[in-house]
Amino acid sequence: MNFLTYLINGISLGSIYAIIALGYTMVYGIAKMLNFAHGDVIMIGGYLIYTASSTYGFNPLVSILISVVGCTILGMLTEKVAYKPLRNAASNLAVLITAIGVSYFLQNIALLIFGANPKSFSSVVTWEGLSLAGGELKIQGVTIVTILTSVVILIALQLFINKTKSGQAMLAVSEDKGAATLMGINVNKTISLTFAIGSGLAAIAGALLCSAYPTLTPYTGAMPGIKAFVAAVLGGIGSIPGAMIGGLLLGVVEILSKRYISTQLADAIVFAILIIILLVKPTGLLGKNIQEKV
Amino acid sequence: MTLLDVKNLSISFGGLRAVDDFNISIEEGQLYGLIGPNGAGKTTAFNLLTGVYKPNEGIIKLGDKDITGLSTIEINKAGIARTFQNIRLFKDLSVIDNVKVGLHNQFSYSTLSSVLHLPSYHKVEKEMDEKAMELLKVFGLEEHRDYLASNLPYGQQRKLEIARALATNPKLLLLDEPAAGMNPNETGELMETIQFVREHFGMTILLIEHDMKLVAGICEELTVLNFGRVLTQGPTKEVLSNPEVIKAYIGDE
Amino acid sequence: MKLTKVSKRNLITYGIVIAFYIIIQILNLTGNLSSHMEGLLVPMTYYSIVAVALNLTVGILGELSLGHAGFMCIGAFSASLFSVATKETMNGGLRFFLALVIGTVMAAIFGFLIGIPVLRLKGDYLAIVTLAFGEIIKNILAAVYLGYDEAGLHISFKSFVLQGEGKMLINGAMGIQGTPSDSSFTIAIVILLISLFIVQNLVNSRDGRAIMSIRDNRIASESVGINVVKYKMLAFVISAAIAGTAGVLFSHNTSTLTATSTYFGYNVSIMILVYVVLGGIGNIRGSVIAASILYILPEMLRGLSNYRMLIYSIVLIVIMLINWAPKAIEVREKYVTLLKRRFAK
Repeated sequence: MNFLTYLINGISLGSIYAIIALGYTMVYGIAKMLNFAHGDVIMIGGYLIYTASSTYGFNPLVSILISVVGCTILGMLTEKVAYKPLRNAASNLAVLITAIGVSYFLQNIALLIFGANPKSFSSVVTWEGLSLAGGELKIQGVTIVTILTSVVILIALQLFINKTKSGQAMLAVSEDKGAATLMGINVNKTISLTFAIGSGLAAIAGALLCSAYPTLTPYTGAMPGIKAFVAAVLGGIGSIPGAMIGGLLLGVVEILSKRYISTQLADAIVFAILIIILLVKPTGLLGKNIQEKV
Repeated sequence: MTLLDVKNLSISFGGLRAVDDFNISIEEGQLYGLIGPNGAGKTTAFNLLTGVYKPNEGIIKLGDKDITGLSTIEINKAGIARTFQNIRLFKDLSVIDNVKVGLHNQFSYSTLSSVLHLPSYHKVEKEMDEKAMELLKVFGLEEHRDYLASNLPYGQQRKLEIARALATNPKLLLLDEPAAGMNPNETGELMETIQFVREHFGMTILLIEHDMKLVAGICEELTVLNFGRVLTQGPTKEVLSNPEVIKAYIGDE
Repeated sequence: MKLTKVSKRNLITYGIVIAFYIIIQILNLTGNLSSHMEGLLVPMTYYSIVAVALNLTVGILGELSLGHAGFMCIGAFSASLFSVATKETMNGGLRFFLALVIGTVMAAIFGFLIGIPVLRLKGDYLAIVTLAFGEIIKNILAAVYLGYDEAGLHISFKSFVLQGEGKMLINGAMGIQGTPSDSSFTIAIVILLISLFIVQNLVNSRDGRAIMSIRDNRIASESVGINVVKYKMLAFVISAAIAGTAGVLFSHNTSTLTATSTYFGYNVSIMILVYVVLGGIGNIRGSVIAASILYILPEMLRGLSNYRMLIYSIVLIVIMLINWAPKAIEVREKYVTLLKRRFAK
């Protein structure tokens, strides 16, 4: 029973990674950039909910909505101000460093407004959860909500990408920007939309992350951001099911290693799994292999 | 003596036989042309000869040596050098350094000497400079030695690529559309250069070309590829007057 | 002997470093150097050294590494281990020399071992795997316990009690205690000069050209017979080794060495990458200057407290946009030609 509890907790953490990774993988697929600031959007989302609910007393759902809108705007804004001007820069390191700048900026803005002391975040899920097998197996409400949310998001995203015009435009832009332009697709708008969706997802991930691990600091988003990127790479960057699988795998491995191997070494094990998978499959589990034309 | 002997070379990409049962035999010192409509598999044939792709079937022999399945690096060391259809220079290196990379395996000093610039460094680098300048002079590039390769005009970039290939001291030189993008004047000049290279270095040359004036002007023998297969081969004049060749070209272009 | 353009450029780099050293010494002798500033000199120099090392990977080899803090960590821990173990028995100068050698060699060995899998990957995949290796190194060194007693040497991921006479060498998250403070500004500058000498010489050599040819066009490079795997590895190992040397300076500049994110996390690798990019990708001298200025700047702005990192981040974004955005470059070039024309008249 204990094992089952840990496994479910792992799936729950993995669902959070997956939601972040979805945003990462979409942005990477389309803008071909490592967005180091993506994790910090989660943190900003967390603070927005914290402020809305603790300071202004909004109910959890309204707070999440405020956070999603706020992060969506933030994502589109940073893309427009900081990344778009560098889209055709001579080196793709330029936009990477700028993203690092944005990451520092978001962390320090949060530090300035909220201070370095952790804020205790009250869970957005008030439901106690389930008690199964005569109380042997307890599953927290937030765990169940997290898993369900990620499933809903995955299905919605798949439908959006495969069934809507904007979704198809995204696919086209990620495949070939030049050709997409020739087909009459507005590349700027499509990229902006991708950042909007990615950042909105980050806000949701922020709400779930802070509910499950209720301490919020300006650096809360950094490590989950990196791990979600690892999840996206592991699943095959650009692939939406890949991000989901990668996220779940990472979350489960992390929780189980923490419990059964060592708390300090859990992160090392997570990173080791990434390395092993990339050695066997250099483009990730579901990634496409593209060969250079000679 | 036969320098390059290729038998039954084939490769498929996902069901498409890009090169199918390709045979070619080139004598030492020959200037040989590989022609055919777009998509006929000419560049793929070059990629097979240079080890970029590994053939599914067939044998490639360079002189007495079987080089089938060797890596690009080993094939270059065995004596085949090439240029590329879409020029591939070391764009952030100087013109002379591009040639010196080509000379890499002709000259040697230790890594320790690389790092510490010991006397052997100065001695060998001087020799490399001289050799590189010699090659640059052949192509009239000696005055541009310190330019970045990417700053050269297009025609000179093509020449630099040939110089770099020659620097590896090959037995066989493969030129992939050397006249692409050149005006008639430049093409004329290029024809002279190719012939000079052949005589001056005693080089065997196999070239892919679309410019029929160039092909008819300098190639002694031709092989025509169409849909990955050899359509015909033989002396230039005969091949070019072959009605099937004309049909293949006009039918496609 | 006639100086070529290249060797002149290299000499200027050494000149700048030496001039800086002399100025600092004069300031120090005349009492114009605050103790706070003095404390920053060694860190500033070892970060410059890592920046030179990273530029070899990023600018010369053309591969993005986000794990160089890991190589620093290897150098720091292996050398400290040696110094702590031999503190009582060996003379200071020789001990530090050997510590430097050990840290450098260990980082080179790890560079080689990590390079085998990593260098097969491409682009951002390579970057994320170097980051992963860096984090693994840090996490393992933060979790390991190493000590010896009468029963021999013990190593474990769980803390243990020593039996009788003995000593804890690495104490888990508490790290290594009591590394002798052998680093000095003078030694750091000498090592910076040696690193510059090695990297700048390499760039202008047969091996260096081979490395840069891979960066510019791997396929062409193979076509002229360059052993791509070998030269990628050479660049990566030298780069790791130099980062390791910097790690030795790091650990012998502080008595407590812990493998925390602040010192060896991926954010440190990223900070050094920022130095390299702002100093100019492939510009070795630029790395030293950028690392020095960018390390000192936030420290000098301590008075602004929380605002300093905010200002730093904004400056960073603005610099990147001005330097790299195609539109900004276009505008800049237009004004430069306008100015030139005006002065030409």
